[in-house]
Amino acid sequence: MDTTGLLVGGVALLAATAYGLVHRRRTGRVRAVPASAEPASPVLADLGVPPGEVTLLQFSSAFCAPCRATRVVCAEVARNTPGVAHVEVDAESRLDAVRALDIWKTPTVLIVDAQGRIAGRAQGAPTRAQVLAAVAPLLPAAAEPTEEKA
Amino acid sequence: MTDPRGPRFAAAVTTVVMVAVLLTGSGLLALAQAAVFALTAAQPRLGPYGLIYRTLLAPRLGKPAELEPLAPVRFAQAVGFVFAAVATLGYLLGSPLTGAIAASFALAAAFLNAAFGLCLGCELFLAYRRLTGRPLAARVPVS
Repeated sequence: MDTTGLLVGGVALLAATAYGLVHRRRTGRVRAVPASAEPASPVLADLGVPPGEVTLLQFSSAFCAPCRATRVVCAEVARNTPGVAHVEVDAESRLDAVRALDIWKTPTVLIVDAQGRIAGRAQGAPTRAQVLAAVAPLLPAAAEPTEEKA
Repeated sequence: MTDPRGPRFAAAVTTVVMVAVLLTGSGLLALAQAAVFALTAAQPRLGPYGLIYRTLLAPRLGKPAELEPLAPVRFAQAVGFVFAAVATLGYLLGSPLTGAIAASFALAAAFLNAAFGLCLGCELFLAYRRLTGRPLAARVPVS
């Protein structure tokens, strides 16, 4: 029995468990960005965020398993909600924007309001309900997302 | 595209193997796991743990609810290979502490994938590219 291995491996398993639990709780959750924190960024228009629309700006990469599921959810919300657009960016080919917007992991979804300000960000695959809850307050009252019948 | 339960099963087997490496301090076992990582990264279809899953387990389970791309699996296997290779060198060249630390990184990654479904490529790849990928201007040779 290797005591060094037992100790180092035990610490690694404990640390990994803590990281995994925190990660599971946070993944997909949309964090609101305070109004003063991020002014409208010129980088967003450059990435193809359409002016005047609430946009789900998704950063994806080649080695990302949940990016596909995230694309499906965001595209579906954009299709069914007037005034909401979905833009997907290959993070690796836009490292300039990735640095400017402080993106570290994929998928990351930025919720951009109609004025071009980042209102929220989610790391990891969000659920449809999480995306809808994040865009609803940004839409004019008339264009509330229509609930699809499941 | 692949059944996501295959890589998840492979990660569970890897976790057990890495625990065995740490408890025995065996460089040869670390070497064997490094070879498994290398083979699976190069040819995911030939990965031995995946083969066990497909021949013994998959036929007894239902069809997968969804399929996953293979690229993230290969990325994770390549990262695992680097740690397992360093662990092998550490154990075989007489630095068991180096071996244990490197093996622990491989253990933590495999365990996170098996227990939480964590995607290593999602966590690391972009951060790696951010740190290594130079802005375009810096690639122009300075004359």
